Amino acid sequence: MEQPLLEINNLKTHFKTERGRVTAVDGISFSVEKGEILGVVGESGCGKSVTAQSILRLFDEKYTASYEGEIKLQGENLLQLSKAEMEKIRGNEVSMIFQDPLSSLNPVFTIGYQLMETIRIHQNRTKKQARQMAIDLLRMTGIPSPEKRVSEYPHQLSGGMRQRVMIAMALACKPKLLIADEPTTALDVTIQAQILDLMLELNEELGMAVVFITHDLGVVAEVCTRVVVMYLGQVVEEANVEELFTTPLHPYTKGLMKAIPQMDGDRSQKLNVIGGTVPALNAIPSGCRFASRCEFANDLCKEKAPDLQVHEGNHKVRCWHYAEISNKEAARHA
Amino acid sequence: MYIYILKRIFSLVPVLFVVSIVAFLLIYLTPGDPVSVMLGQEATAEQIEALREQMGFNDPLYLQYFHWLINVLQGNLGDSYFMHMPVTTAIVEHLGPTLSIAVLAELIAILIALPVGILAAKHRGSLMDQFVMGFTLTGMAIPSFLFGLILMLVLGVKLGWLPVAGYQPLSTGFWNYLQYLLMPGLALGIIQSALIARMTRSSMLEVLNADFIKTARSKGVKERSIIYVHALRNALLPIITVVGQTFGLLLAGAVVIETIFNIPGIGQLVLNSIQSRDYAVIQGVILMVAFFYVIINLVIDLLYMLIDPRVGY
Repeated sequence: MEQPLLEINNLKTHFKTERGRVTAVDGISFSVEKGEILGVVGESGCGKSVTAQSILRLFDEKYTASYEGEIKLQGENLLQLSKAEMEKIRGNEVSMIFQDPLSSLNPVFTIGYQLMETIRIHQNRTKKQARQMAIDLLRMTGIPSPEKRVSEYPHQLSGGMRQRVMIAMALACKPKLLIADEPTTALDVTIQAQILDLMLELNEELGMAVVFITHDLGVVAEVCTRVVVMYLGQVVEEANVEELFTTPLHPYTKGLMKAIPQMDGDRSQKLNVIGGTVPALNAIPSGCRFASRCEFANDLCKEKAPDLQVHEGNHKVRCWHYAEISNKEAARHA
Repeated sequence: MYIYILKRIFSLVPVLFVVSIVAFLLIYLTPGDPVSVMLGQEATAEQIEALREQMGFNDPLYLQYFHWLINVLQGNLGDSYFMHMPVTTAIVEHLGPTLSIAVLAELIAILIALPVGILAAKHRGSLMDQFVMGFTLTGMAIPSFLFGLILMLVLGVKLGWLPVAGYQPLSTGFWNYLQYLLMPGLALGIIQSALIARMTRSSMLEVLNADFIKTARSKGVKERSIIYVHALRNALLPIITVVGQTFGLLLAGAVVIETIFNIPGIGQLVLNSIQSRDYAVIQGVILMVAFFYVIINLVIDLLYMLIDPRVGY
């Protein structure tokens, strides 16, 4: 099998806080193939953004964060690179877009400056060439009259346009991998659809792989080929997108699926919710992390944490009883 | 943008107008009669009355104000009874030393405060950060005159490196001029730097947590330019506000420092004219200080516009 573009092995990200060390990402492993769109889903605080930012080592390693494990980009472990080497990867081989396009652009520089900066850090270009490239990038991401927009400031653009600028900036050096950290959450639905279309288009045209982080399962179904479900800093299930939606195995994934409102569903019934709340990071249970909220949990779950195990092909799940649960449910439906 | 600048300039007019009224009314708000002070205790009631009439003190208040304002607008602030010279001349003579010290002190303050504040923010929570915070707290707690006296004792008396007190104008040579300014400049500047350093630190800390700093990092921008290009420009607004305010304070005359170092600046002028009830001078100084404050604020506003494109829309 071909070497995956990105391979994360047992990644742990720790933070120093005033109340001691907290492990926000605890032993994550997954891989991203060339050109694929991998979805990473989970509720707020499950560690998906931390995972994303850990890939580029964006946290302050001197005072707050420390990493363990391996993040291999085409076989090279990013966690062992020096600061300077890491700077050459960022924005060049792997780039990132963020949730809120307004606060993610520097308000005191023109978007042209910010685009040209990325280009000129990684490529040997004159100002003039970089400016032309910036204009071309803006045009590629569907910004009208880019010659004019290039000298405008972020506050002069609409939310959708700002996110297009962010995407243009991320694509400036034709990265192999784009990490999109909830890129559509701060946008309204029509703009959201446009941005998703744009990302799909660019993924196809440029063959760039995307790690798509979101809590929106609808978006996942629309754009992703494979999905990783995270809960409290761990991967609980991993599957192809169709498989995840048709036969979710982990009780948490099942809960998420049931919580999606149906267009043709019965309006008189309340939406399904997953009972309980996510335990705090400094009070992680010793057994299965989902046990306290799981209706199928027994003593084994409370005592011993399950490993991520292969169900079939590339469908993996972290649960002691997933087989029984699925059988039970099938029997209930029959 | 030009409209914004014009608007800012026009908005100064009412402020200066109100200040002029306050300065003018000062004579009537303070106890004591300027005329009897001028003529001394032996003056007869007739003499006092005659001078009052001659100086227009018997006219209705609004008329007196009006006359005064017309003169002020023509650059005539009246004459000092005490020094027997026009107030404008007196102010100009005393402005030189004050302005020199203020500029020097502010330069010293900025040169110390900016790097120190940035470093503290960059290494938040480190030993150095704690040292800086403790140092600046001490700086804010020490009165500048105490610090001035210590400097005087060490640099002037013990080491003999700098003249203990006095002032020499620039026309006597640059070094001669500077050596008299250094100690008062240091005394004021180092104390001011504490405030500016704290402001720099907190402003930088806020900006360094912003999302766009993360974006810059994710683009591969070097740590140095993240701090000095992306963060600093955003953090600059509150910093220049504090710099402007402290500069205004310094221009109003550091009375105590000027007294200790025996510098014939605005502070001394104010002190002397208050003691001798030289109202025209007091009024003149108040107007001047207010005028400078307003101009400094205008400059700050215009700098805002240069630094942050969102201002002015």
